[in-house]
Amino acid sequence: MEPIQVVFLIGAALVLFSAVMVVTRSNLIHAALYLILTLFGVAMIFVLLEAFYWAVIQVVVYIGAIAIMIIMAIMVTRDVTGEEHEPFNKNVIWAGLLGLLVVVTLVWSLTFWPQFGAEIQQSVDSQNVIADLGSQFFSGQGYLIPSIVASILLLAALIAAIKIAFPIKQEEED
Amino acid sequence: MIPLSWYLILAALLFGIGLFGVLARKNVIAILLGIELMLNAVNINLLAFWRYLAPEEVVGQVFTAMVFVVAAAEVAVGLALVISVWRRRNKSSADELDMLKW
Amino acid sequence: MGFDPVQIVAEWLRNLLLGWGASDLLTEVILKFIGAFLVAAVIMLVFILLTWVERKGAARFQDRIGPNRVGPFGLIQPIADALKMLTKEDTRPEGADAVSYELAPILAVFSVLMAWAVIPFTETWIGADLSVGVMYIAAVGSFGVISVMMAGWSSNNKYSLIGAFRGVAQLISYEVPLFLSLLVPVFLARSMGVNSIVEAQGQGGVWFIVMAPLAAIIYFVSALAEVGRAPFDLLEAESEIVAGYHVEYSGIKFGLFQAAEFLHSFTFAALMSILFFGGWHGPWADQYMLLGLVYFLIKTSIFYLVIIWSRLTFPRVRIDQLMNLNWKFMVPLSLILLMGMPLIDYATRLTDNWVRVAAQLAFNLVLAAIAFGMAARADRRQNKRERVTFEGRPVAVMPKAPAAEEETAA
Repeated sequence: MEPIQVVFLIGAALVLFSAVMVVTRSNLIHAALYLILTLFGVAMIFVLLEAFYWAVIQVVVYIGAIAIMIIMAIMVTRDVTGEEHEPFNKNVIWAGLLGLLVVVTLVWSLTFWPQFGAEIQQSVDSQNVIADLGSQFFSGQGYLIPSIVASILLLAALIAAIKIAFPIKQEEED
Repeated sequence: MIPLSWYLILAALLFGIGLFGVLARKNVIAILLGIELMLNAVNINLLAFWRYLAPEEVVGQVFTAMVFVVAAAEVAVGLALVISVWRRRNKSSADELDMLKW
Repeated sequence: MGFDPVQIVAEWLRNLLLGWGASDLLTEVILKFIGAFLVAAVIMLVFILLTWVERKGAARFQDRIGPNRVGPFGLIQPIADALKMLTKEDTRPEGADAVSYELAPILAVFSVLMAWAVIPFTETWIGADLSVGVMYIAAVGSFGVISVMMAGWSSNNKYSLIGAFRGVAQLISYEVPLFLSLLVPVFLARSMGVNSIVEAQGQGGVWFIVMAPLAAIIYFVSALAEVGRAPFDLLEAESEIVAGYHVEYSGIKFGLFQAAEFLHSFTFAALMSILFFGGWHGPWADQYMLLGLVYFLIKTSIFYLVIIWSRLTFPRVRIDQLMNLNWKFMVPLSLILLMGMPLIDYATRLTDNWVRVAAQLAFNLVLAAIAFGMAARADRRQNKRERVTFEGRPVAVMPKAPAAEEETAA
């Protein structure tokens, strides 16, 4: 058992434990805090994959923005009278079975793929990787159009979120 | 070294847990948390495939960037919807929001 | 390279551990742990010194003496403060969420200490020379926002929750111009690694303050707002929202929040000196490495003094003025700067080095003049003021007719 495998197992255990906590806590703020722990564990996995830039982006975007948005929305929409009611709806058993089915199908069908147990062949130079990614995002033969589409998508989401969540002025029916 | 299968199994398990969260939770925001878990599982998968099978190409990372962007946009709009519904109806449970027009 | 004490001690320790029969990997891990522990311990000790500097500096600015009883020049005062804080009762409000309440101050200090892993003290004294060092520091800064949220919510106190919401709004708003102005030295040095940025300002290059002074100003103002230091200290305005999100904290937990704030401003002072003023670079720093450490510490101390100075000089900014400043002034300005500098760089790519430096400097100054001129004109148009004169000398500037939206105090 090599040290890097031990590190991976620790990271994977952290991710899976926090993910189970996210979907089973009835207190939503605890679930959101466990989500932050999960996202941090996923950033660790990214570091193991030598995708350092994406680990940092994961922390900045997911933990620094999305998790905070979720926590603020939970605080705005919670009922004030103590909320330890049942977290699951009536489909728990079927949901669990379906999740299990999906996992088993994925893993089992991947075992038929010859490269399933592939090891790392070549090393990457992370400085060149980032420079390459950046230049590809802005080149016509590269991925310029996806980057522009992503920007437009973010702009549309920004405008939509502002318009939807703006407080209702006077036409509120009570 | 770590074989590729470990990353894929981890991503599959995370995806399954997220799927369970989406299907089995009452609160709408808890469903969004499950969606976030699924998107993270997809990211792990993409980056694992990029690193192991084609590290000199850039397409794996471009796809990861797109998944990040889509996740951020969808969470923003989803939470805006939840807050707007809460303002009108004081409810954030997916079971109770079952009328198309009220 | 000169005399390198850290290298000598590390070699001796490594030989010692190898002699005891530890494997190569275990030796490396132990050495890295010792290094990390040393950096964290030194930084926490620096915090003690920083409280003394703060109190003495504040006192001198306010024309008084400051602590001078406990030890020579009051140097033992911070230790007395720490002892007082440690012996206070460790409370927890009723109904507070235990885990979040205990964890929030720890997370605050944790996020600041993490940033010191990538800061180069000299050419070889760096924790981890990441290729994405600058982005790592940005990520760590955005991690500290979580602690504000947790502190405000877990105190079970609606005022602390309001303070936490305002604090989070301020922090995430000012992350945008902070990241954008951090990208300017990254672009000038063609690399995101922190040590590469310092070396790009070294042999043959100029300090980036000469090439991008506007970026330095935007970075400095955003850093002040990120830390929550005055004039942006709405997060803990003692006279307004009664200490904001950490109102329910006492004793050592409050001490940890203070430590996080002071260390955060020290970190930003260190970053300012690294990104714009050459870090450990200076005359003869190549031959004597310890001289690089001295330069770095001098530059960082100068910027920390500027931060204290600005705290004691400017009045507090209101929350709506804060948001206006960010979204209507700093974000467009930093975006235009970030778009214009690569254009200038491309346009002058075939000319001499000094032409490129001069062109970037000119672009920065012109943009600053235009931006500040427009802001001043907008301000003049919005707040008409009348000068009250006495025998021809202006003695006061009075607001003409107080408009409703300017006079609402926080």
